Amino acid sequence: MRKLFDFHGGIHPPENKHQSLSEPIRPAGIPRELVLPLSQHTGAAAAPVVRPGEQVLKGQLLAAASSLVSAPVHAPTSGTVSAIEERPVPHPSGLSAPCIVLECDGEDRWVELPAPPADYRELEIPALLERIRDAGIAGMGGAGFPTAVKLTSGTHHHIDTLIINGPECEPYITADDSLMRERAADILEGVAVLRHILRPREVLIGLEDNKPEAIEALRHAIGDQPVEVVVFPTKYPSGGEKQLIEILTGRQVPSGGLPADIGIVCQNVGTAVAVRDAVVHGRPLISRITTVTGEAVARPGNFEVLLGTPMHYLLEQAGWDPTRSGRLVMGGPMMGFTVPHPEAPVIKTSNCLLVPTEKELPSPPPAQACIRCGLCAEACPASLLPQQLFWFARGKESEKLEQHNLFDCIECGACAWVCPSHIPLVQYYRAAKADIIQQRRDHEKAEHSRLRFEARQARLEREEAEREAKRAARKQAAEKRAQAAAAEGGEDPIQAAIARAQAKKAAQQQAPEASPEEKAAAARQAAQAKLAKMQKRLADARAAGEEDKIVTALEASVKKLEEKLASLEEPTA
Amino acid sequence: MKLLRVSSPHAHGPNSTQRVMQQVLLASLPGVFVLTVFFGFGTLVNILWAAVVALACESLALWLRKRPLGFYLGDCSALVTALLLGIALPPYAPWWLIAIGVASAILMAKHLYGGLGYNPFNPAMVGYVVLLISFPVQMTSWAPPRGLTENVPGLLDALRACFLPGQFDAITMATPLDVLRQNSGLMMDDLWAQAPQFGRWAGIGWEWANLAFLAGGLWLLYRRIFTWHAPVAFLASLALMAALFYDGGSSASGGSPLFHLLSGATMLGAFFIITDPVSSAVSVRGRLVFGALIGILVYLIRAWGNYPDAVAFAVLIANLCAPFIDHYTQPRTYGHRPPAREDA
Ligand code: SF4
Ligand code: SF4
Repeated sequence: MRKLFDFHGGIHPPENKHQSLSEPIRPAGIPRELVLPLSQHTGAAAAPVVRPGEQVLKGQLLAAASSLVSAPVHAPTSGTVSAIEERPVPHPSGLSAPCIVLECDGEDRWVELPAPPADYRELEIPALLERIRDAGIAGMGGAGFPTAVKLTSGTHHHIDTLIINGPECEPYITADDSLMRERAADILEGVAVLRHILRPREVLIGLEDNKPEAIEALRHAIGDQPVEVVVFPTKYPSGGEKQLIEILTGRQVPSGGLPADIGIVCQNVGTAVAVRDAVVHGRPLISRITTVTGEAVARPGNFEVLLGTPMHYLLEQAGWDPTRSGRLVMGGPMMGFTVPHPEAPVIKTSNCLLVPTEKELPSPPPAQACIRCGLCAEACPASLLPQQLFWFARGKESEKLEQHNLFDCIECGACAWVCPSHIPLVQYYRAAKADIIQQRRDHEKAEHSRLRFEARQARLEREEAEREAKRAARKQAAEKRAQAAAAEGGEDPIQAAIARAQAKKAAQQQAPEASPEEKAAAARQAAQAKLAKMQKRLADARAAGEEDKIVTALEASVKKLEEKLASLEEPTA
Repeated sequence: MKLLRVSSPHAHGPNSTQRVMQQVLLASLPGVFVLTVFFGFGTLVNILWAAVVALACESLALWLRKRPLGFYLGDCSALVTALLLGIALPPYAPWWLIAIGVASAILMAKHLYGGLGYNPFNPAMVGYVVLLISFPVQMTSWAPPRGLTENVPGLLDALRACFLPGQFDAITMATPLDVLRQNSGLMMDDLWAQAPQFGRWAGIGWEWANLAFLAGGLWLLYRRIFTWHAPVAFLASLALMAALFYDGGSSASGGSPLFHLLSGATMLGAFFIITDPVSSAVSVRGRLVFGALIGILVYLIRAWGNYPDAVAFAVLIANLCAPFIDHYTQPRTYGHRPPAREDA
């Protein structure tokens, strides 16, 4: 028996998983229209390669990865691109984003796929990674990080453990569970590909002990492959990547670091299947398993959904009664976010649509004062002090927040779940994080503009100095000429006369600089001119509503010039 | 169609502040019962009158601060304060004494600091100490337990003692802790034999009251209303201090560990007072330190101080230290080395 570890805290919310497990995975069918956001993953949005009006076939590339951390988008079925426009997308912000809209023709005709290799093991690793990238796979557990990027960084480290994430600890969600029950062999095929790429010392599939069928199916599918199913007690959030790693290995991912830093790569079971489809069958990621559950649907269950399917279409497949629920949550009840527009599409990270009735998941009562009972700290899987974070978040004490490791909060919601005063703690942390990130950005920007301003000042000064140097050089040259002429003068009186004249001129040229009074006057004039110019720039900056930093810098310069001017005027006054 | 937008988590545990407070009230019942059996109805009247005053003060403060009454009264925290003060005050205390204590607790120690959750000191203990300093005579007269007096006052007597204090002649008697403090020259065993106040392990009545509060406290622990850290650290350090100074039961002895564990407000303090979350340290390690500190202070004050019981002072001093304890006991966050402190 493998030694298991425990992570700090955790909670045991009611699981509510049986509702969606009564039936096997159902196909959701082809809706009239699919809406494919260009950004369904973490990283840069994909760039469209089709134009409105274009006919496309199932599996055809619609948008290509635009940078290293990005993922392409493919057509989930055949049809016509009807528009590329802003549509509501499932995102915590509730905003719209650019999407490719596909009018489905219902024929579901495949594009001709590149023939998969007879044996992927004969391909070079980079070629395999290329295939995974081209298939548009992004972490399907919810985070949506492009899988190829994660794997590539894995190949740069020595990986000793590959962990397949299967606890699915959030209440209600059973997408991974049903996948493990019904398609264990596919998962194992995907795991074999990952194993081939990463060459880990061991491969662990982590599961909570509330999924006996899945455990059985996986063990059966493994046969004699060197993959171990590790079962541990059910506790939320055991499916958090960091928590799962701690449970299985006893090691902690360093704050701000990646699992690869400690020789671990984690992949979700859904991702493993997508990798298998991409590498073994050459199919891009165009569908996923999504749980549809909550008391507002008559027939909850798991669906195989084409990406881009509008949520209301999917909900209707499960017998949605919109009058029974005022809330649509993408993800689980602990970490999911509400989607205000049911026409928003299912995307690569949509593991669950939850439509609870008010009775089922009541809206929180008004928050009471924090009584510092410490239940939140006991529940926090990151060993934070949520009550202190809450205190500092309300006081907007960024420094204290960072000192108390706000950024190690994984927003699992365990603290808010146990809080007897019903304080929406996570909401405060999100806001505080956003604030601090904004502050950092502002600071960077201000720093940037300060540097720019200083660089400009330096350039002006340098140019001034160069001009000065040139003037001096010219003068010297003139003197030299005069001297040379004087030296020759003995022989040629005319030349000498010219030389004398030149020398006189040179002396005259030199004279003003020699006279202290005139020099001061000139300096004063120059300073006045500079001041006037600077004042004008300041006024312009103010009028243009420039950033504070620039205005302050300009103000400072004006003040300096004024002082300089005053000091210049003093001796003569 | 537009749907609701709310932040996660969307599920919430069954816990509520109200429920926490109600369970604390419930858990005190055995202790209150034992006190009533041994010392008569005084404690019960104390509690009830304190509750009335507490609710009135709370309402007044909320009204002055323009807060919704029903919502804030619902957290029952004022009742818990009243309960603790009612138990801590001597039975048959006059109504005005209780009223002053409760008013100081609720108005001064709680609402002046911003209400529940913001008070750095335990309100009930502030009320207690205010009274102890202002009215030492009334505060140090404790009734004799059943067995040492024929007529333990009934409900009517208790009401009379409270509301018509002039018409009631309370019989009082030194508490076992007083007897021990004033002991000069007697070996422990002799003292035990001579002074009538002593029972099997500690004072008559007191030992059972303490055991009853212990039982209530264990139930609260079982219900996970608080964690074991502060109470256990407190009891352990108190017992350790007592053991250190037990001195084999000589005439200079400070009393046995068992005596200290079952005397005065020890168990009430351990499970009902120092577990007040608001004014204690926050982390697990912090609460260990917090509890241990109180244990040491209680012993020091009992042995060398001049007050009938030490829990109130010890708790207030520890409240004062709580922010420092917090600062030095920040837990190690996942993925971090022990937290770096900006050392003062
Ligand atoms: S659980 Fe809620 S009330 Fe208790 S300390 Fe944490 S934030 Fe405060
Ligand atoms: S949401 Fe953050 S602070 Fe709260 S329990 Fe989870 S990790 Fe801890």
